[in-house]
Amino acid sequence: MQGLPQSVSIMPHKQPTIHVVRPGLFTTIQDLGRFGYQRFGVSVSGAMDPWALTVGNRLLGNPDRAAGLEVTIQGPELLFEEALSIAITGADLNPTSNGAALPMWTVVRMPAGSRLEFGLRRQGTRAYLTVAGGIDGPLMLGSRSTHARSGLGGLTGRALRKWDRLNAGPARVADNTCVGRTLPEAQRPRYPSTARIRVIPGPQADRFTDDALEILASQPYRLASESDRMGYRLQGLALPHRTSADIVSDAVSAGNIQVPADRQPILLMADCQTTGGYAKLATMIAADRALAAQLSPGDRLSFVVVTHETASTLLRSVHAELDRLLPPHRA
Amino acid sequence: MGNHYRSDISPTDGPASMKQPETALPRIVPLSESALTIEFGETIDPRTNESVLAFATAVEQAGLQGFLEVVPTYRSATVYFDPFGADVSTMTEHFRALMTVTNTTPLRPPTTHTIPVWYGGSAGPDLGDVAKRAALTPEQVATLHASVIYRVYMLGFSPGFPYLGTVPDRIATPRLPTPRKQVAAGSVGIAGTQTGIYPHASPGGWRIIGRTPVPLFSLTRPAPFLLAPGDLVHFVPIGEIEFHALFENHT
Repeated sequence: MQGLPQSVSIMPHKQPTIHVVRPGLFTTIQDLGRFGYQRFGVSVSGAMDPWALTVGNRLLGNPDRAAGLEVTIQGPELLFEEALSIAITGADLNPTSNGAALPMWTVVRMPAGSRLEFGLRRQGTRAYLTVAGGIDGPLMLGSRSTHARSGLGGLTGRALRKWDRLNAGPARVADNTCVGRTLPEAQRPRYPSTARIRVIPGPQADRFTDDALEILASQPYRLASESDRMGYRLQGLALPHRTSADIVSDAVSAGNIQVPADRQPILLMADCQTTGGYAKLATMIAADRALAAQLSPGDRLSFVVVTHETASTLLRSVHAELDRLLPPHRA
Repeated sequence: MGNHYRSDISPTDGPASMKQPETALPRIVPLSESALTIEFGETIDPRTNESVLAFATAVEQAGLQGFLEVVPTYRSATVYFDPFGADVSTMTEHFRALMTVTNTTPLRPPTTHTIPVWYGGSAGPDLGDVAKRAALTPEQVATLHASVIYRVYMLGFSPGFPYLGTVPDRIATPRLPTPRKQVAAGSVGIAGTQTGIYPHASPGGWRIIGRTPVPLFSLTRPAPFLLAPGDLVHFVPIGEIEFHALFENHT
């Protein structure tokens, strides 16, 4: 399939089109999330691994708030109608273009008519496909992030389907100047199947027995199959409450570890509701969110308790390091 | 840095309080690196919720550096902020100051919404069960449910879902043992002493007694959400024909 010849193009900046040949297991449009409406019950959603999405956007010269595709385990097959610069970050799902392997964490140019496919998963769970100019689409309550449960954002609030068409937005920089830009090998994360996840004590830690945090940190928890973008159900040692698991519902956010009456923890993730009624024992630190996002059912989480101060320091250093490697582009 | 289990981060607390989280209310507890929850009570009651709303309003108006949003709930307010743009200790000090003035902060008068509800029939599949448990007729349950002015304590669960309280004790009914796979948009349900409205078709475990034709959430309106925390809701029983007429009006 060929794009229109330049000479008949009426609009000088026709937005490059990407055709969805196969949608993959669960591919959604995500940006950094929908803020400002949690008081109305609107989930933040956004990329499960915001770090990987941000790296892709910065490699391409996009602003951090540009949307990309979050590709889960089994990737889509996409056809690029026009030439377009892209970067694939996060999980290595063996991306290829017309049969040739594509490098991860690197800007590559997809020629007009070329095809992007994903193969067998090598490591990680969620890959991010970012494109020069970002994936375009209507802003819904300030964000393009898909929240499938409430049908908000993305493509009418749902995952990609066969025959969908995506458009890239207008690129900020001449769209082939970034080709070859790459995240240095040493800076690329490895995604082990047992992740060391640091937590701070949660707002209701005092609703649990004194040793509950020590129990949480004493043995790895297994990620159960009923886990998704909303939350991870974890299986391991029971976490005992002092009296009851239930609290008067209050605000919850991604990273919170809540424990219902069955004493098995649930780690809330990007699509979590805005409020919840279970006691929250601990909160995963923001700096470890990327690692957790790359786990699959059957993988393990090994928890370590740190102080709030440590968590803040780590978050600052992760951001400073990213800014040093790839400075943000002001929109 | 010695104590790993400290769960408050007040910079003004002395060494004696370092080992234990704050217990006196209101108290400030960290929810994450970018969120603090300020708890005003442990119960569902209008006074506590009033304090929460007054505090939330004061925080919004304070223009604090790095402030992102505040989420008022039954008994606490959670403030989200930019962890790089905000200074947590300054913010905590501000909150302490605001906590003490919230009793005197004038709130805007609450908006009262009149919401028509078709009780029973195909709109309220659980009305019969609620009536049976209360030893009332379905009509009496509807009359009782519509006899109270409800307070919107908070929104949560899904976009625009209001937690309203509290229903007359007589018709307070626990959730369904097994949630329904699909509840119609506009369905009005009871869970314990709470009542609520499902803005969208979704799974749900509340006992469904009726349905409103009024949309709670619409992106085509300038204000997408009909209800806000602190608003008041008055249900008015309508019949099936009126329901359909209003429903078509709204779509």
